[in-house]
Amino acid sequence: MILRKQHCVLIFGITGKQGTFWGAEMIKYGTNVVGGVNPRKAGQDHLGLPVYASASHAALDLDFHTALFFVPPAACKQATRDACEAGAKVVICLTEHIPVQDVMEMITIARLNGTQIIGPNTAGMVTPGEAFAGIMPGFNNKVFKEGSIGVISRSGSLGTLVCLNLVQSGFGQSTFYGIGGDPIIGTDTREALKHLYEDEKTKAIVICGEIGGTAEEEASEFARTIDKPVVAFIAGKSSPEGKKMGHAGAIVSGNSGSYKAKRSYLEKNGIQVADIPSQVPGLLKSNDELRLQ
Amino acid sequence: MANLCEFSGKKLLASTGIKVPKGKLATTVDEVTTAFREIGPCVLKAQVPTGKRGKSGGIRKADSLEEATNLAGSMFGMDIAGHEVKQILLEEVADIATECYVAIMNDTRTKGPMLVFSTMGGMDVEEISQQDPSQMIFKPIPFSDTISRNFLKETIGHLPLVSDKMIDTIQLLYQVYRSNDAELLEINPLVITSDGDIIALDCKFILDDSSIYRQEQLEGEIASEIQTELEMRASRSGLKYIELDGNVGVIANGAGLTMTSMDAITYFGGKPANFLEIGGEAYTKSREALEILLQNPNVKSILVNFCGAFARTDVMTEGIVKAWKELEPDIPVFFSINGTGYLEAIAMVREELNLEPHDLMDDAVIKAVEAAG
Repeated sequence: MILRKQHCVLIFGITGKQGTFWGAEMIKYGTNVVGGVNPRKAGQDHLGLPVYASASHAALDLDFHTALFFVPPAACKQATRDACEAGAKVVICLTEHIPVQDVMEMITIARLNGTQIIGPNTAGMVTPGEAFAGIMPGFNNKVFKEGSIGVISRSGSLGTLVCLNLVQSGFGQSTFYGIGGDPIIGTDTREALKHLYEDEKTKAIVICGEIGGTAEEEASEFARTIDKPVVAFIAGKSSPEGKKMGHAGAIVSGNSGSYKAKRSYLEKNGIQVADIPSQVPGLLKSNDELRLQ
Repeated sequence: MANLCEFSGKKLLASTGIKVPKGKLATTVDEVTTAFREIGPCVLKAQVPTGKRGKSGGIRKADSLEEATNLAGSMFGMDIAGHEVKQILLEEVADIATECYVAIMNDTRTKGPMLVFSTMGGMDVEEISQQDPSQMIFKPIPFSDTISRNFLKETIGHLPLVSDKMIDTIQLLYQVYRSNDAELLEINPLVITSDGDIIALDCKFILDDSSIYRQEQLEGEIASEIQTELEMRASRSGLKYIELDGNVGVIANGAGLTMTSMDAITYFGGKPANFLEIGGEAYTKSREALEILLQNPNVKSILVNFCGAFARTDVMTEGIVKAWKELEPDIPVFFSINGTGYLEAIAMVREELNLEPHDLMDDAVIKAVEAAG
């Protein structure tokens, strides 16, 4: 999914501190927020929008496309069931520290209902000039400008830095696609890459990855089959080893979570990898038509 | 990472109905004596949360009491991969006909549980995979509260050594995995005795960190991690801090940006002194973060690199600036601040510390590396 201006967004936890702050910023930016969910404040108005007891209650009154979660970890499973059964096409789950087996169950529920989950532990999505949903500084024009580069990131802070570097070098973004930093996430790097590939506005893609797992490697297998340029930055080259998974984990990932293995795998599949984020624009520069000015 | 020692893991297995050898835990040589009198000839197993105990002398057989106390005497206090041996498990010697390998784990790629099984247990999985990868079965488990018998029969039922009892045991293992929020549950070896009984001879259990709050029965069972004093202090404060051997101190928000800051320091010829992340919910703790950083005597300069998304840079910067003025550290600090709240944050650094934050991360990193020498 690429977030668009016309997508109706329902915010779970809209009345909380973070829900209020980011909800207001999203509305100001132009995101089509249509209502909120909080069982204890059902029937009230907040930020000028109706608050419902659940997504299924909201669905009786209005249509929504995306459910955005400002929900505590222990409540995410139930919220997912509610949002999916009420017909949400997409759930963007910002919550950090959800038990991993709950995340597996959330993904199972979503699959059964034909819902896409983005996250958990994502910073959300920004489509500059149209809408943003999440906890990214979408409103900061030093970081986000309308353009043609799709950016995928596990991390909100690193994603912000890379977007900033792009804008400083005269590029803009088609969409920032935050996929989340958890070990198990609803939409992985490969799937996000596919969505950006199918997006007409996106002319090139930056993957901001991290050491661990094999998500970037799998995405690179797809990248080699498409005709849009893909470049990457992988964080963690100088991170100490250790905190390893158990034996079985090392086997499943084929020992390819390390920086060296990841980088050479990506390069083998034709993805140029920057040493530091400020080199990312340079890797894109050979494609002059991507630039703003 | 929340690991359980073998003994704690086996308690979970036994309480679910999986057979484990008769065993007793000892923390002194006297207790070893008592335990030996009860069990007889046995295996002494050092209780440290790491693999390769056997190769480090942490697993030894004792036929007599004298042998047991001698072995225990040298095993207590031994260092195995950085862990000091404080507990020894004495276990009866198992009757082994065949050794299998079984694991149930969270799998990133398929986004669900994964079953790993082999009838070539006993040795490392790495060794099995190298010798004969076809002997390892990897099969994604459909996520549910239980694992279906038919699924197990289809997956491993064709193997000659797999009996109904084996299927029962794996069903129980899945129960242990689900009800205790395991990230990894590995039994190697899972033994078939000459009578066809199934016994778990070892148990590796890693708890999902995000589930600790709802697994009260595991409180006190989680093995302590190897940490420096400062690392312990940081984790008590809810900060992720890892000490490294460089001299450029790093404070950044978010794991991704913190790793990137370290990479940039290395790229420009310096060495990071630490990993310290104050993102997520910890973003209000920058004062505590700075204090921890300054206690490391190797730190010769500090890089503060903020790119606020959720974490507001004005809140983080306010904490740093206040603490800096109170502590008055005698080392140079270099800021780069962008994202949510950056205008207020930059103004604060200018007014309160009389410093000019760098627009680009690279410039701040280059200065910090130069200053550290």
